[in-house]
Amino acid sequence: MSLLELAGVTAGYGAFTALWDVALRVERGEAVAVVGPNGAGKTTLLRVISGVLPMRTGTLTFDGAALAGHPAHDIVAHGIAHVPEGRRLFPMLSVADNLKMGAYLPTARARYRESLERVYALFPVLAERPAQRAGSLSGGEQQMLAIGRALMSRPRLILLDEPSMGLAPVMVLRLFDLIRRIRAEGYTILVVEQNVRQVLKLVDRAYLLEVGRIKMEGRAAELAEQDFVRKAYVGL
Amino acid sequence: MIDPIFLVEAALNGILLGGILALLALGLNLIFGVIDIVWIAYVDLVMLCMYLVYYLVQVYGWPVGLGALASIALGALLGIGVHLTIITPILGSAPINQLLATGGLLFFLQSFATFLWTTDHKSVRLSLPSFEIAGIFVPFTRLIPFAISIVAVVGLYLFLTRTFVGTAIRAVSQDREAMALMGANPQRIYIVTSAVGGLMAGLAGALLIFQYSVHPFFGGQFGPLTFMICVLGGLGNMVGAFVASFIMSEIISLAGVIWSTEMGYVIAFVVFIVMIFARPGGILARRG
Repeated sequence: MSLLELAGVTAGYGAFTALWDVALRVERGEAVAVVGPNGAGKTTLLRVISGVLPMRTGTLTFDGAALAGHPAHDIVAHGIAHVPEGRRLFPMLSVADNLKMGAYLPTARARYRESLERVYALFPVLAERPAQRAGSLSGGEQQMLAIGRALMSRPRLILLDEPSMGLAPVMVLRLFDLIRRIRAEGYTILVVEQNVRQVLKLVDRAYLLEVGRIKMEGRAAELAEQDFVRKAYVGL
Repeated sequence: MIDPIFLVEAALNGILLGGILALLALGLNLIFGVIDIVWIAYVDLVMLCMYLVYYLVQVYGWPVGLGALASIALGALLGIGVHLTIITPILGSAPINQLLATGGLLFFLQSFATFLWTTDHKSVRLSLPSFEIAGIFVPFTRLIPFAISIVAVVGLYLFLTRTFVGTAIRAVSQDREAMALMGANPQRIYIVTSAVGGLMAGLAGALLIFQYSVHPFFGGQFGPLTFMICVLGGLGNMVGAFVASFIMSEIISLAGVIWSTEMGYVIAFVVFIVMIFARPGGILARRG
């Protein structure tokens, strides 16, 4: 049984339907990417999985539990951490307090010290400035803090929404290296990215989402070879 | 010319009053900062708590400390009750509807109090001694409430900065959806916030009843002043509200000695109006 399984998911905002009959699965230990043009519904897909946006129809199964219709705070408790678009840090709180909030769940709170050490080991730049306000960090540091905060909840699946957005090219490469290290630690990852070329090197499988529908699915290496994807998104 | 000793005494009285004003302003500001709704009837909840202490202590002869604890408990319960019955249904409504709803509660509470207890002024008089420093008399009936207020403000500060729940309250005020992604149920955070805000009202009521008499329109006496302090400090800005409490209490107290109490309020409101234009974001807001 897959760790995460979506079937027949339809969702949208008001009269607008952003996702049509989407099916997707993520296996334990796997890294999966969802790629596609702007406005394809990638962010909406992650928002539906984390419960921020309720789905209209469809099923969401995580580790055997049916979670469709559950509120966001309950979905986190089941082990899905969402690093949202634009990072959504608490700008007036310190780095340390942002990480503390990541461990808000009772189960995570009990292992707070241990989680903090792991996150600081992964992102030494955060360990150097625990008292700094999150809003005053650089873009790259903010993204690291957002990922670190998600790791504090001890998730079994991490949703990453456009982690490279707004970062300098050098920082993008560093960030992808960091995501690779997180993967190596055994975390399961579902990532949405504009930076198709980089992300296909990082993941095992990928889905192509276009105007709210899954158009293609396959091994990352194979997908990168597909003429259509290559021309449209990879730009080779 | 006024004897300088009177000015020193007035300044001291201003500080003593500022402590209780800070309690009121911080309670109201906390709720506004987190839930984004101004409880117009906040000081009317204080009024209910004052009546409770009056009846428990003056009429039924409870010890003062026990009456104060009951007042704090009532305040917290009222806070939760107001949130669940009045605020929750209007959370997503237009701001004008939210003002009307909490304003409606104000009229309800005033009429309710008039109906139950008439418009008589009721007070609890404690005979505590004063002590004298360099010719200035400081009554314990004002010093003790001030000390308790400061302890409560420090306690609130520690709660908001040192505990998981307190930090979560600050986090929700910055990004509600992100805090839900951390696993916090926003409604539960709102209830805790309302309980803490109500608790501050209950404590303020327990301290005020020993200095002021309570009547159904007590809210009109301290309500506008409390809003003014919150706006002056910057709505939602806790440090600003704390500082503004003492600025306002000093103005009222000093002008009260130099001219009259009424003039004190006039000057306080003029300062407020000028500051609204000069620093609309509050005294501690960053420029630009």
